[in-house]
Amino acid sequence: MLEMIIIAAIKVVVVIVAVLTGCAYSTLLERRVVAFMQNRVGPNTAGPWGLLTPLADGLKLIFKEDIVPAGVERMTYALAPVIAFIPSMLAFAVVPFTSDFSLFGREISGTLSDLNIGVIYIFAVTSLAVYGICLAGWSSGSKYSLLGGIRSSAQMISYELSYGLTIVGVILIANTLSMRELVAQQDTVTHWFIWRQPLGFLLYLTCAIAETNRAPFDLPEAESELVGGYHTEYSSMRFSMFFIGEYAAMLAVSCVGTTIFLGGWQGPFLPPIVWFVLKVFGCMFFYIWLRATFPRFRYDQLMNFGWKFLFPLALLNTMVTAFFVLWKG
Amino acid sequence: MTGDMIIFAVSAVVAVFGAVMMIAQKNPVASVMFLILSLLAQAVCYVQLGALFLGAVLVVVYAGAIMVLFLFVIMLLNLRGREDLGLSSHPMNTITKFLLVVLLGVELVLIVKSVFMSGAVGGMMAKPTDDFGSVAQVAKLLFTKYMYPFQLTGVLLLVALVGAVVMARKDRSEIAHGAPSEEAVNEPTAGKVGR
Repeated sequence: MLEMIIIAAIKVVVVIVAVLTGCAYSTLLERRVVAFMQNRVGPNTAGPWGLLTPLADGLKLIFKEDIVPAGVERMTYALAPVIAFIPSMLAFAVVPFTSDFSLFGREISGTLSDLNIGVIYIFAVTSLAVYGICLAGWSSGSKYSLLGGIRSSAQMISYELSYGLTIVGVILIANTLSMRELVAQQDTVTHWFIWRQPLGFLLYLTCAIAETNRAPFDLPEAESELVGGYHTEYSSMRFSMFFIGEYAAMLAVSCVGTTIFLGGWQGPFLPPIVWFVLKVFGCMFFYIWLRATFPRFRYDQLMNFGWKFLFPLALLNTMVTAFFVLWKG
Repeated sequence: MTGDMIIFAVSAVVAVFGAVMMIAQKNPVASVMFLILSLLAQAVCYVQLGALFLGAVLVVVYAGAIMVLFLFVIMLLNLRGREDLGLSSHPMNTITKFLLVVLLGVELVLIVKSVFMSGAVGGMMAKPTDDFGSVAQVAKLLFTKYMYPFQLTGVLLLVALVGAVVMARKDRSEIAHGAPSEEAVNEPTAGKVGR
């Protein structure tokens, strides 16, 4: 019993540290990739190839003055960054990072916890992420923040429905909700669910970007019209909590997408964890690529796109998949 | 005293605490947050009873979607206290309120008593079957035994939805007379705010 708890605790610490490091280096990756795409150099002074930039950024953010504006609702204002940060971290609990392995003679599973409803668990925790943004917008007592918060709640509710539906197709085919089982079923490249659910994968990517409030769906923090959106009034560490939360959410949806559509840690020659990291890196690169390429949606376009295009398409995908699953028995 | 018991006790206390605080708060946003806390604690109770699926769905549907809408409306109307809600002078007088509370209290006691009498308490903590609360089990019940209630609930929600849209929709004649353009009426409220 005690041994089990210790192993679990070590795994939790390893995953949290890995995810936070991943978040930090995603910021560097984003800046370098966007710079590359815009024919600039990007941050390259701190350390070789700018590898110490995230560290410098972190230090800067910690030591900045924490300014709390006069008109805020104090409790909610302090709580919002934490609420924004936690749900995206929770999602990693059911992601299978690697195959089971043995270390010091003990069998260790590659997942923190293998829930038999893993996929629904992920939707449950990611659906909570909206509160951080919403409450931040409301408690700041600033009109820009409030507008950002209201936008984000409307946007995330609208896209959550399609987001959930995109994965139903895979679940129908795989007949399981366990992330581990999903990976086990994608043992060769031809068995990856992306080939059986291409439309589902595209829809998943789109909805995931909208769910994580990233460009071109980043209306809650549209600089050109809302200053900083929901985090206008935040500074120092509180601001960076939103920042880390956003990148953790990006990493989480990349991990989930990798697990569900791209075969998770399965792959030839290289060790499983390397495959997993490579695939997640690919997803993150795609995310950044989109950001550097597309202009932001207008708000009515965003709503029309979500409700009149994505949602019917996701519904259609589910219906067609269900039909074929029934037909083939 | 096992780990299960401790988890149950903590989540049950938090659930009741959240529910009580929800009523006691004057600030509507704080009320919503305590309700979410209560819902999350209830989800923990479900999970601890072995009904993982129900627990997850409770979070997805109530905490993740419905409460966000509540918060959305509160934020949209910018309600910040009792005055905004118009509750400062409730028509119901103190004696009626007191009598209602007593009535509810008696009901609660009777319910708890009847549960204890039926001897169900001992069995409450145990899992009835291995796949109790699993997705397959819940789905089977929903689509066989409770098919009609399930479908009727869907129809009820649809009726409410259509009703809300009809009530919110401005009259066609109003549009003809000028004021808001047709486009502005057809768009969701959020679209207008976002501009």
